[in-house]
Amino acid sequence: MESVITLSRAQFALTAFYHWMFVPLTLGLGIFVAILETIWYRKRKQEWMDLCKFWMKLFGINFAIGVATGIILEFEFGTNWSNYSWFVGDIFGAPLAIEGIFAFFCESTFFAVMMFGWKKFSPRSHLAATWLTIIGATFSAWWILVANSWMQHPVGMEFNPDQMRNVMTDFWAVAFSPVAVNKFCHTVFSSWSLGGVFVLGVSAWYLLKGQHIDFALKSIKIGGIVGITGILLTIFTGDGSAVQVTKVQPMKLAAMEGLYEGQEGTPLIGFGIVNPDKTYDNDEDPMLFEISIPKGLSVLGRHDLNAFIPGIKDIIDGKDVIDGEIVNTVPYSERIERGKIAQAALRDYDNARKSGDSEALSLADSTLKANYPYFGYGYFNKVDEAIPNVQLVFYTFHLMVIIGGYLLIYLLIALILAYRKPHLLSAKWKKIPVFPLIALVSIPLVWICHQCGWAVAEVGRQPWTIQDILPVGAAISSVSEAQVLTTFIIFAVLFTVLLIAELSIMVKQIKKGPAESID
Amino acid sequence: MDYTFFQEYWWFLISVLGAVLVFLLFVQGAQSMFLQKMPEQQRESLVGAVAHRWELTFTTLVVFGGAFFASFPLFYSTSFGGAYWVWMLILLGFVVQAVSYKYRSCEGNILGRKTYDIFLFLNGVIAPVLLGGAVSTFFFGSDFTISRSNIVGDSGIISQWGPWHGLEVLADWRVVVFGLMVLFLSRVIANLWYINQIDDEGTRKWNRHQLLVNGAVFVCLYLVVLAVLLTATGYETVGEHEFRLVEYKYLHNICGNWWVLTVLLAGTVAVLAGIIVSLVRPSFTKGIWFAGAGTVLVVMALFWAAGYFATPYYPSSTDLSSSLTIYNSSSSEFTLKVMSIVSLFLPVVAAYIGWVWYKFAK
Repeated sequence: MESVITLSRAQFALTAFYHWMFVPLTLGLGIFVAILETIWYRKRKQEWMDLCKFWMKLFGINFAIGVATGIILEFEFGTNWSNYSWFVGDIFGAPLAIEGIFAFFCESTFFAVMMFGWKKFSPRSHLAATWLTIIGATFSAWWILVANSWMQHPVGMEFNPDQMRNVMTDFWAVAFSPVAVNKFCHTVFSSWSLGGVFVLGVSAWYLLKGQHIDFALKSIKIGGIVGITGILLTIFTGDGSAVQVTKVQPMKLAAMEGLYEGQEGTPLIGFGIVNPDKTYDNDEDPMLFEISIPKGLSVLGRHDLNAFIPGIKDIIDGKDVIDGEIVNTVPYSERIERGKIAQAALRDYDNARKSGDSEALSLADSTLKANYPYFGYGYFNKVDEAIPNVQLVFYTFHLMVIIGGYLLIYLLIALILAYRKPHLLSAKWKKIPVFPLIALVSIPLVWICHQCGWAVAEVGRQPWTIQDILPVGAAISSVSEAQVLTTFIIFAVLFTVLLIAELSIMVKQIKKGPAESID
Repeated sequence: MDYTFFQEYWWFLISVLGAVLVFLLFVQGAQSMFLQKMPEQQRESLVGAVAHRWELTFTTLVVFGGAFFASFPLFYSTSFGGAYWVWMLILLGFVVQAVSYKYRSCEGNILGRKTYDIFLFLNGVIAPVLLGGAVSTFFFGSDFTISRSNIVGDSGIISQWGPWHGLEVLADWRVVVFGLMVLFLSRVIANLWYINQIDDEGTRKWNRHQLLVNGAVFVCLYLVVLAVLLTATGYETVGEHEFRLVEYKYLHNICGNWWVLTVLLAGTVAVLAGIIVSLVRPSFTKGIWFAGAGTVLVVMALFWAAGYFATPYYPSSTDLSSSLTIYNSSSSEFTLKVMSIVSLFLPVVAAYIGWVWYKFAK
């Protein structure tokens, strides 16, 4: 059973990882292409059309594989997480269906107009289709992120013991949960920054080669604006994310910082090495080495220099902060007990319902209601089962923040140079083309940053599929280890081959340059 | 409008989506012919005539899956989680299809055009056969049991399947015939599509010849499927989780309800008319619209026969009481209401898509 859980998680992570290689480029490059077409529409100069069509071609190559890798994710909820699909399908299925009905359908139709409709539609209609493709893709992301956010912070639902599942009670609470709104903004804006970095990197390659200089400079100027806007808004919404996580997923925040014992005015670790021997119940130092910012985590999480941020041990002991006050809530050991009581009550409820024993039904119902908030904890036997992988969450979080900080500086300098000293972009220092090299190295870095962000979000939520309600171990399908291992290997090989194929086609297109790529 | 209304309304929407999906599988039918011997120029024109239609089939499949998840989550949970290999094979076919049209002719295509054509062929065969086979289990059943209380039980998983995880249905000749019927139907519609779209006498002649073979095989398979369905013993719902076996269940469902019978007959006549007139009148190129509309009608009628009239649409061949009906497997009334409001926008989306493709066709 354990290996099926691990493999199912690995398969979902693999497919999500590959999907997220392509989606942020679709969102980021899409907004860039739409801006270029808008400039062309207003100026009607061929150079802007050339710019637009070149980048649109790369957008199209990437779009196809983004679509290909996405279909698996929707169906994997059923194939590998069948308990999950029933237990919360009443709530979770709705955003996925809405995404399909509106966003995905419109997106793919507008995409066809955008890519192949230059001669069939008027410039105004074509421009509208381009913008609507991007809006459609973004709208699509909205519903997917609503679904994901609901897993992080389940709202707008109640448990129905007759149906033995959770049912939706408030659609708007699900669709516009503050966690969803923030996650959507953070994800989309970070995709803009990725799009900007990609454009700068490709353009810098032309500078390095001494080709298409004017084309490259124009691209850097517009791409730089998209990138810097994206990274600034990403940082702003990242602050919002930190506040949300502090409030609704304190265990994730503690893991992000490797924090085991909280304090008032908790420092933020800027750089550190996690002690692998540290557990929540031993006295080892959590960090082997650290450089901290005093009171930083309190400011980040609560916007208060002296706020108390609970660590992993505090949370397990039931210590939390509610309305600014440190309070003792229910310790994890008690949550596990009460979770088991809730599960036993559900079994009793089911038996009473089948036998028509109304008295037993009423008793089981009241016991279940009193303990349902801890239902998911009943699947654990020990409190440490409720702790995510601290090392992985810590390192991915810090890598994301460090790369994010670097990207801010890089994009800012690139933009200033592009507008003020464009000749410096191609300049060499001791025969080293500094900017092109930095720009090219930044391309993989921005992708690493994105993947780290998702790792923090998803690994940090572990061991839950739905926070506090359903752990991964109780969410799986009746499949065998061999089955999941086989499909995992197939997906790994296939997606890797398709990625290589995509990169090869894209590189070829970039080498051809803008003039040759125009239809 | 009560809970039952919304459950039946959503089964109706599922039938529409399923029917449109089967019609749009003509893209796969076309792909299944890409590797046949023919001049290279003709092959490229065949590829080109469906190259920008695959997105519609793909998105319809996504919407079909999403709509099933939202409206009948217990089916989604049971079928996808159990018939693991079947769904994974279907999905893999669609994954490789999604990149193949774009990448096959791109410079820098390291896999080579032939590889992508093989990908398209595989998707072209696998998708109709397996989707058809999967839909046939709505009538012939699958090897599963469901116990919701397992969520807090020792076994832990709500739906349990036999050791073959859905592949066992391939040993049922009726399922295989159903899947092959959908494959040949998709090839028939593809031939009619090409006759309508490609203004080249050589290509039209080739397609008419293909249509003759595909049409003859399809009609034979269709007659076998109809005969099997109309004589099959099916389950009838007598309580939320109680069922009994009824002889000629689907015959009663179809012939006992004039509107189902009318739609099925109208659809059958339209499909046959599309095929026959296209074969006997070389100047006739509109067969696709008759056969396409007919396909949609026939599939809708079959979905209605499978899910309405106190019939479990997903019968369990292992445990009668585990069978799924549209009433015991649906989302809550609240969710179905919300989704019903959303569904009112479907005609707007469909109209927009239609307008765009009309502009392209012009």
